[in-house]
Amino acid sequence: MVSIAERLPTSTRRQWLTLAAGAVAWVTAYWVNGWLWDRFLYDALGMAPTDRLTETIHFFLYDTIKIALLLVGIIFLVTVLRSYMSIERTRALLGGKREGIGNVMAAGLGVITPFCSCSAVPAFIGFVAAGVPIGVTLSFLIASPLVNEIAIGMLFSLFGWQVTAVYIAAGLVIAIVAGWVLGRMGVQRWVEPFVFETKLGGQVIDSTAGLTFDQRIQMGLEEVATILRKIWPYLLVGIGLGAVIHGWVPAAFFTTYAGPGNAFGVLVAVAIGVPLYSNAAGIMPMVQALYEKGLPMGTLLAFMMAVVALSLPEMILLRRVLKPQLLAAFVGVVATGIVAVGYLFNLILA
Amino acid sequence: MIIKVLGTGCTNCKNLERVTREAVDALGLDATIEKVEDYAAIIGYGVMSTPALVVDEQVLVSGRVPKAAEVRELLAPASA
Repeated sequence: MVSIAERLPTSTRRQWLTLAAGAVAWVTAYWVNGWLWDRFLYDALGMAPTDRLTETIHFFLYDTIKIALLLVGIIFLVTVLRSYMSIERTRALLGGKREGIGNVMAAGLGVITPFCSCSAVPAFIGFVAAGVPIGVTLSFLIASPLVNEIAIGMLFSLFGWQVTAVYIAAGLVIAIVAGWVLGRMGVQRWVEPFVFETKLGGQVIDSTAGLTFDQRIQMGLEEVATILRKIWPYLLVGIGLGAVIHGWVPAAFFTTYAGPGNAFGVLVAVAIGVPLYSNAAGIMPMVQALYEKGLPMGTLLAFMMAVVALSLPEMILLRRVLKPQLLAAFVGVVATGIVAVGYLFNLILA
Repeated sequence: MIIKVLGTGCTNCKNLERVTREAVDALGLDATIEKVEDYAAIIGYGVMSTPALVVDEQVLVSGRVPKAAEVRELLAPASA
């Protein structure tokens, strides 16, 4: 079996041409998407544009292509750009930093460092071995999934820069404050002792230094394929639900039960979001449809953050290095932060 | 030759193992491929990003899955 990237031409000029051709194809596809489905449904199949079922089908087809295109473009760009950072460089930058400034730096670096939650344990041990305080390490681990670049790209494309800025700022504040509070609680005693005994061997290997441009492009393509392969069922279900909500659920339904008038809206959204686990990209179509139906943005951001920031698989991994008390405090502090942000933004963005 | 694939069972770790086996078979190398899942052992190699590829105790790749051709190139000098 040969991976996609192996079929890429190797000479630099042809490579740039391929990239440029890809960009043109992307823009064209994005641009003709709506028009194409109009022609297909209304002209070729003769369906009435005002019919509710037609509208739902149109929404589903149009959104599936649109979201897929956005994801491909955003994941590719993010992965290639992020490949110029590495967790090892972040570790070096954070080593010896005090709490406070360390929490701020860790949260910021958490956003731009390429990081897979499957590396959470070696990263945690590596940080501690470099003398990074536990609270600062936790700021990094909170920010990394919470302020997700793919979510940033999707939010920007779907809702514009204000919502995106609010999302980034809120995520950073939660990561900084939660990490700082946990650090203040003296959580060292709740870290598994083996973490402090394990020493990083020899020289630390920088995972992305010295990669060729070719390899970075290849990483981007592989990442697109990996993520899409993993989330496409969720994406289709999400877009399907979005289409049904868009076409069939009366606007009054959600505003009555979860609108700005409901004091428990944010709490309920976070309570539903924490056990749910999905990639930020997977729930974006739902968020979009619910926003159209009048759900307040603060509630939706809180829901999205709860889904991406706290996930069972990551908790199970972190349990290897954190004792249950700290894990519970971690979930509690982050969830509280998300709820607070939800209410705050319902006030500001209303 | 002793080849070790460092990682704790994520998709990428399995991919790296598969690509490595392909490369070893393609080159007809006489090599044993071991999976290292113990965190202390992984950290012991100075690796913070999994998966990683270790050949005769030297870390050659960390934090990504190289394509099969690249693994063949990495392993080729060792086979000579």
